[in-house]
Amino acid sequence: MSRRFTPQVVTANDLRLGDVVYLTADDRWSRHHHEAELIEDEAHAQLRLLFGAAQKLVIVGAYLADARPGPNGPEPIHFREAFRTRGPSNYAHGKQVDHV
Amino acid sequence: MYSYSDFDEAFVRSRVAQFSQQVERRLDGSLTEEEFRPLRLMNGLYLQLHAYMLRIAIPYGTISPRQMRQLALIADTWDKGYGHFTTRQNIQFNWPVLGDVPAILSALADVEMHAIQTSGNCVRNVTADHFAGAAADEIEDPRPYAELLRQWSTDHPEFQFLPRKFKIAITGSPNDRAVTRAHDIGLRMHRNAEGEPGFEVMVGGGLGRTPMIGHTVRDFLPVADLLPYVEAVLSVYNTLGRRDNKYKARVKITVHETGPAEFTRMIEERFAELRPFFGGNDQAMLDDIRQAFAPPVWRDAATDGYDAFHANDPVFRAWADTNLAEHRNPQYAIVTVSLKAHGETPGDATSAQMRLLADLAERHGHSDLRISHEQNVILPHVHKSHLPALHAALSQAGLATANVGLLSDIIACPGMDYCALATARSIPVAQELAMHFDALKLEHDIGPLKIKISGCINACGHHHVGHIGILGLDRAGVENYQITLGGDGTETAVIGDKTGPGFAYDEITPAIERILRAYLGLRTEPSETFLQAYRRVGLGPFKAALYGTEAGQDAA
Repeated sequence: MSRRFTPQVVTANDLRLGDVVYLTADDRWSRHHHEAELIEDEAHAQLRLLFGAAQKLVIVGAYLADARPGPNGPEPIHFREAFRTRGPSNYAHGKQVDHV
Repeated sequence: MYSYSDFDEAFVRSRVAQFSQQVERRLDGSLTEEEFRPLRLMNGLYLQLHAYMLRIAIPYGTISPRQMRQLALIADTWDKGYGHFTTRQNIQFNWPVLGDVPAILSALADVEMHAIQTSGNCVRNVTADHFAGAAADEIEDPRPYAELLRQWSTDHPEFQFLPRKFKIAITGSPNDRAVTRAHDIGLRMHRNAEGEPGFEVMVGGGLGRTPMIGHTVRDFLPVADLLPYVEAVLSVYNTLGRRDNKYKARVKITVHETGPAEFTRMIEERFAELRPFFGGNDQAMLDDIRQAFAPPVWRDAATDGYDAFHANDPVFRAWADTNLAEHRNPQYAIVTVSLKAHGETPGDATSAQMRLLADLAERHGHSDLRISHEQNVILPHVHKSHLPALHAALSQAGLATANVGLLSDIIACPGMDYCALATARSIPVAQELAMHFDALKLEHDIGPLKIKISGCINACGHHHVGHIGILGLDRAGVENYQITLGGDGTETAVIGDKTGPGFAYDEITPAIERILRAYLGLRTEPSETFLQAYRRVGLGPFKAALYGTEAGQDAA
């Protein structure tokens, strides 16, 4: 019996800035998790990961992260991914101030 | 302190030039990330959770005011106005962008600093007692040996691709403030029966997923044999160390699998081969290096002003009683400036604080600054008559927290707020603990206590050797914190004992409070420290306090 597929997003870090980015359905890299393409099919996820990872002059370290649908778009599931959408908890640095 | 020779200068500049070109080639697509990654790591550049991170070596924790000001300049120009001092006497900048890193490395080279070998499977920054050259209990300043090791290990062709990273720590005192027993090689100076100084050489210590205390492979190594002996250790490790499994590649596993006796025999055999090749140039270099670490010209002046302040000013007295250590010159004190203000991030300093520390070192401390593995800044040589003025200046900058060696003087790794390897956060746990016990006003009553927090099993926060160690893990997608008790990072080093099941993020501070209230209840007298009490009663009463009556009955 196959496990039910958990929806995913393709995420990476920007090569130049290091900032966390997400692959959108229209092939852009967004700074915002909620703009990511929520991929509901495993085969499509692998294709999107290959597409993203091939952009070696734009991003570094693409991978698939579990996500779920939310009112404003995809939301992270794991706390690590939630931190990546915000930045550190000890200072108001990173996305929580740069991209509000 | 040591100044770069023409050779050092040319070497560091050439590495900056090389790396600048490597960054250019990465950005124009000539290098893939797979090709670039080992090159950037060789120059201390990591890609972390939210951004790049640049790790810069502060060799044996010694830094000049000029260098400190340059770090402040880097923080302001290319980062977010602060830096993070680490448990390995490095500083990390958390927000550089890739294209700026060559300029940062160039700015570092301007003040004889670099980020070389702060990552990768090579000999890392050699760390030393942060009280070196000042401590009353010191036999000899360990830093000339550390500098000799730095020069020898930098770009050493045989040891650039070791099975795994390799960390050396050195102390010139019998009292170990450099955690030498938890390093790949630990060097602890002592005297033999003839009164000559030499080193106890310990190999195979380390924390991480398989914590081990180092084995003594030589009780007494004459100082003149240091380089050939360390080279013999590295040589044996380089041959035997496992490259098939990253988790079994550290020398601690090699020693464990080979057996300490056999490993020792192999070191001695290799040493016998290598020793004749060291014809004395190393000792000539060592003599030159020693000149660079000559003590300052001590000031000879009255200290009764200090005594009067100490007697009459309770705030100054509280600070002096916790943050000063005994200096070899009785007119002087070693000042530890706490980077652990309650609620702040352990080990962080703003650029303004860095500049102030540089100024104060020049004004009051013979222009000498140190970074400790406990993430504080040391002014090693302050004449006691200067202490009231120094304290006043520190107070104005929020740097006079009187907590060194107490509960809130917490070591914490960056954890999942920054680190890509982390499995949980550490910084907010440290902040919460410090704030909570400050509000309870229990910190001074509890007395000497070392809490150390790591955000993953790699143990950068040294949790295994904390009196109370906290390890943050990911348990089924939730942060969970394991507690160890009774660890010790000094010359009586011990790995702490696990208490049992871990605690959720919002349960960890109450859990630590239960442990400490149990301690306050069971100590024989206020002078019995937490560690002493733990050694007397063992885990039982603390388990009972942590987990309730059932465990308590088991323990009883």
